[in-house]
Amino acid sequence: MCGATEGGLSLDGIDVNKEAVIQGQVLRAAADGQSEPVPNAYVRLLDRSGEFTAEVPTSATGHFRFFAGDGQWTLRTLAPKADPVDRVVKAQVGSVAEVTVAI
Amino acid sequence: MSRENSLVSAQWVEDNLDNDKVVLVEVDEDTTAYDKGHIKGAIKLDWTTDLQDQVRRDFVNKAQFEALLSERGVANDDTVVLYGGNNNWFAAYAYWYFKLYGHSDVKLLDGGRKKWELDSRELTDEATSRAATSYTATEQDASIRAFRDETVAAIGVKNLVDVRSPDEYAGRLLAPAHLPQEQAQRAGHVPTSINVPWSKAANDDGTFKSDDELREIYGAAGLDDSKDTIALCRIGERSSHTWFVLKELLGHQNVKNYDGSWTEYGSLVGVPVALGDEPGEA
Repeated sequence: MCGATEGGLSLDGIDVNKEAVIQGQVLRAAADGQSEPVPNAYVRLLDRSGEFTAEVPTSATGHFRFFAGDGQWTLRTLAPKADPVDRVVKAQVGSVAEVTVAI
Repeated sequence: MSRENSLVSAQWVEDNLDNDKVVLVEVDEDTTAYDKGHIKGAIKLDWTTDLQDQVRRDFVNKAQFEALLSERGVANDDTVVLYGGNNNWFAAYAYWYFKLYGHSDVKLLDGGRKKWELDSRELTDEATSRAATSYTATEQDASIRAFRDETVAAIGVKNLVDVRSPDEYAGRLLAPAHLPQEQAQRAGHVPTSINVPWSKAANDDGTFKSDDELREIYGAAGLDDSKDTIALCRIGERSSHTWFVLKELLGHQNVKNYDGSWTEYGSLVGVPVALGDEPGEA
């Protein structure tokens, strides 16, 4: 579990030393002032020129993960009844970039 | 072909949910997606087990395809509407497959599963059962499938459209970024192939761009529509998406999909490979 983030996706079985992981969770503000995970969102990974590189649907707990490369990336999140949200993130081989996206 | 003949909207699908002659078929890269929820009445095709030979690297043959569709309850005169995740990559792959085996009326749901979900339309986990049929396929249509030797011979001669992401094309990545980088093949691209990522053809919600926008994109990228075209990617699914755009939406005549794609080409001994962002020389 070395390197795994509290509450995040398990990194069991993944050699983090060889990967530039970008992962996180999509959250939506709930009526009680708390935030709740969004399981039916789509997270797109755009490269430094804004070009699409990959896309994943979020899991039941709102989580997503990409195996990217060194450099700057943009996460674009689409979800029902919400405007798209862009987040810029830096990735590096050997580390895990954790991102929380609020929609 | 044209947009009207080959593409239907989410609303059209919703209006035809109870039409028994319209068969919805979900095909996903994530083969468990269907089981978590699918459009009412849709059947599932698993691209790894249903559509691929389980021993050789090849498709199921004509007899296997006939047995598959007969067992799933698809008739020759049914309207087959394919949809799936990943912006319809694997649905487009299956579309190409249905064309390869001569199904006459097959369409894609524009935007696929993503558009359906973003519209907050209903998904169900209800099992679908259709009465078995006696499906008859044609021999494979060789005019839409390219093999490796034809791809090598096309260098500097035909349009080669590599639809992977720029980083895969240049050799900086070996696979889409949501998959671990575990392949052992050489990185790079077929010399003289142009890079038009499949995603250029789609809006963020997965629907296809307009015909005018699509013509502009491929024209600006240097695609000469007087020449024959071979589309390729990593395993032939994203290039099915672009094959669909060029052949079915824009009506280009001779467009083939190279399903061996980079996982085959990048492992061949002795063929030329170009690295970097430029097409390279023949």
